[in-house]
Amino acid sequence: MTAKTRTISELGAALHARELTAQAITDQCLGAIAERNPSLNAFITVLADAAREHARQADAEMNAGRYRGPLHGVPVSLKDLIDLSGTATSAASRVRQGHLATADATIVTRLREAGAIIVGKTNLHEFAFGTTNEDSAFGPARHPLDPSRSPGGSSGGSAASVLADMAYASIGTDTGGSVRIPSAACGLVGLKPSIGEIPTDGVVPLSGTLDHVGPICRSVEDAGLLYDVLRGAMPAPRRPAPAARGLRLGVLRAYFMALLDPEVAESFERACARLQETGVELHDVVVPHAGDIAPIYLHIVLSDAAAYHAKTLESRADDYTANVRLRLEMGRYILAEDYVRALRGREVLMHEVDAALTGCDGLLLPSLPIPAPTIGVGTVRIGASDEPVRNITLRLTQLFNMTGHPAISIPCGNTPEGWPVGAQLVGHRMRTDALLDTARAVEPCLG
Amino acid sequence: MIIKAWLEDAVRDAERRGLPALRPLLEALARSTAALRAADWNLDAAGKVDELQRQDDR
Repeated sequence: MTAKTRTISELGAALHARELTAQAITDQCLGAIAERNPSLNAFITVLADAAREHARQADAEMNAGRYRGPLHGVPVSLKDLIDLSGTATSAASRVRQGHLATADATIVTRLREAGAIIVGKTNLHEFAFGTTNEDSAFGPARHPLDPSRSPGGSSGGSAASVLADMAYASIGTDTGGSVRIPSAACGLVGLKPSIGEIPTDGVVPLSGTLDHVGPICRSVEDAGLLYDVLRGAMPAPRRPAPAARGLRLGVLRAYFMALLDPEVAESFERACARLQETGVELHDVVVPHAGDIAPIYLHIVLSDAAAYHAKTLESRADDYTANVRLRLEMGRYILAEDYVRALRGREVLMHEVDAALTGCDGLLLPSLPIPAPTIGVGTVRIGASDEPVRNITLRLTQLFNMTGHPAISIPCGNTPEGWPVGAQLVGHRMRTDALLDTARAVEPCLG
Repeated sequence: MIIKAWLEDAVRDAERRGLPALRPLLEALARSTAALRAADWNLDAAGKVDELQRQDDR
C-alpha cells in the first residue's frame, strides 16, 4: 500500500500495521496544503508545527502498541467555526478579529482522544451564512477541479481540503445543507446526522435550532467512523452492509425534481436506474407541503441568526461582509407571530417526512440541483427561469435540518463536463446507524 | 400586523438606518411571509380542526 491511500479505513489499517507512519502522511498533507492552498484558499489557519508534533506522538504511541483506533494518526481539518484551544475561531469574519479559543469544542476533544491529527482550520462562508464561500473575510475558497468555481458551502474550504488531498476528512457544520452541498459539489460523502446527536458546544452557531455537525470524507465507511468518534462512541467495525437487493427507497419527486439542472437530473436518473437494476425497490413518495419549505426555513434561520448577531450588528456592522450583514439585518424585521407560524410549519414537515419514510429504508433525492456554481454569479438559469444561487443550492437539503432526519450525500456520477453530482439518502429520525448501513449498501451502485 | 404595513415600516426603518439595499430583500421576505401565512396548516382561533393534533390522537 502506498502513501496515496485515499480512505481513512484503508489508511488507518496501514498505520495500524505500521506500513505507513503518521508523520509521513501528515507531511504529505502539509505538502499538498503548501502547494495548493495559495490558489484554493481552503485553509484560514494551517497548524503545521502542531500537526507534525501530534503525528510524532501518534507514531510513538502506535510503535509502543497503544493504538487508539482507526483515526489514530489520520490528518483531518476543521471548519473554522469550531473552537480549537489556542487558535482563533474566525468564522471567516472580521467581527471575530482577536478571538482566541480557550478550550476545545467537545467534538475536538473527541477527535484528539481518537488520535486524529488536526492540520488546520478551513475557510467558510462568513458565519456559515451562505452556500458559496464567496462572502469570507479571507476571500473565497475555490474548487480544486476549477478555481473559477465554488466548492459549495458553507463548509467549502473543508470539502476543498479533502478533494485536494490536504486532509483525509474534514469536520463541517450543516444548518441548511452546509456539509451536504459542498460534498455534492466536490464528489465527496457528507453526513448530517440526526439532530442533537453530536454536541455543538464550542461551535459558533448560525441557528441553535437547525445547526448540525458532520463529516466530509471519501466514503460512507469513513463517514461512519467519524460519526462514531464525533458522537462519543468507540468506532467499531461496521456490520456487513445489507444487500442492496430488496431495499426499499422512496424517491421524492414533484417539488424536489421541479428545479434541477438537466445534467444533474440525468445523472440522478441514471443512478436510480442502476439501483433498480441491482434490485433496489424505488417508489415515488410525496411531502405534501414541500412548497412551504423555503418560507418556513427562512423565518427560522433569519430569526435565530439575527438574535445571535444583534449586538455586533449594532456595534461592528461594518466588519461583516456586505451580503451577510444584509441577510442578518433581514432577520431583525421578522415578527414573533411569523416565527411561531414557522415553528408550527416545521412540525408539519417533520410528520410528513416521517410519513414518507413509512415502509421505506430511506428517501432518495438529489443533494444539489446544480453543478458547482461559478464564483461571482448570482443566478443560474434552469429551464425558463433564473434562480438565485443561494435559494437553489439550499432547496433539497434544508428540509432535513428542520425535521432532524439524518441525511447523507453520496457521489452519483458526473455531468458530461465532469462536474460531480450527489444523491442524498435520508433516514428515520435518530437512526443514523441504519442510514449508514443503507448508504453503504447502495454506494457502489450510485457512484 | 398586515404585511403591507409591515413592509412599509420595515423599508422606512432600513432607509433611516442607511440600509437602502435592504429594500429588495425585505420585499422578498414579505412574499415569503405571505406564503407562510397562507399555508393551510396554520391554526385558526375560530376552531379550525388541527389536523396534526388529530393525527397525534389517532
